[in-house]
Amino acid sequence: MINIVFFAALREQLNCSNMSLAADEAKTVNDIKQLLADKSTQWQQIFSNTSLLSAVNHDMVDGDFPVKSGDEVAFFPPVTGG
Amino acid sequence: MSNQEHDQEISIQTDDFSLADEVALLEKGNLTDGAVVTFTGRVRNNNNGNFVTTLTLEHYPGMTEKSLAKIITQAKDRWQLGRVKVIHRIGELTIGDQIVFVGVTSKHRQDAFAANEFIMDYLKVKAPFWKKEKIITAVTEDGNDAGTTSENWLDAKNSDTNKAELWS
Repeated sequence: MINIVFFAALREQLNCSNMSLAADEAKTVNDIKQLLADKSTQWQQIFSNTSLLSAVNHDMVDGDFPVKSGDEVAFFPPVTGG
Repeated sequence: MSNQEHDQEISIQTDDFSLADEVALLEKGNLTDGAVVTFTGRVRNNNNGNFVTTLTLEHYPGMTEKSLAKIITQAKDRWQLGRVKVIHRIGELTIGDQIVFVGVTSKHRQDAFAANEFIMDYLKVKAPFWKKEKIITAVTEDGNDAGTTSENWLDAKNSDTNKAELWS
């Protein structure tokens, strides 16, 4: 399984903080994004936002980054701390 | 570098911190460093012309610590540094509250100034924190709440991205 987590404005828009996917459903972060976008027109619109960032196992990565079973994949808006 | 060392250098906390206590920890028994540079970030009462009442900080536990550890390691690779401390508060904060602390020591001031600014600049664009502000859109002259209250997630600023890129 791949664990997927959402944060901040994205979590609120989706009304979802985490979910999981079977590992054989996706090879890359972009594959996961596509699967999420296919869930509904609302999710399609939300995931079409190109400013969304992604992380795999707590490291920021690009969309072509490979994913495997046991990974934690996160999606979130640009960060605004400090 | 061990995780334990970073544990002492990084604190994500709801509680407030004391600038005096943090400076004392950077200085205690430290006989080699002549420079101590600290930065404290606070909640201000205004943003984009609106009156801010509270700020709520969310973060990504685990990734936050990892990203800050990486930033500290980069700073140590780049400048001669003695001690480093980064504190970031989470949860609901109000006007004037301290949000973030970065403290560094070095033998000389140049390295301490530069490393402190670098850590803050990178924290701003790489550490997974998000601010949600509660604002009042208009305030009457006597200070009473005359407008509507709303909650907004802050947008990231291009100026922060541009500032961080200056270090690369």
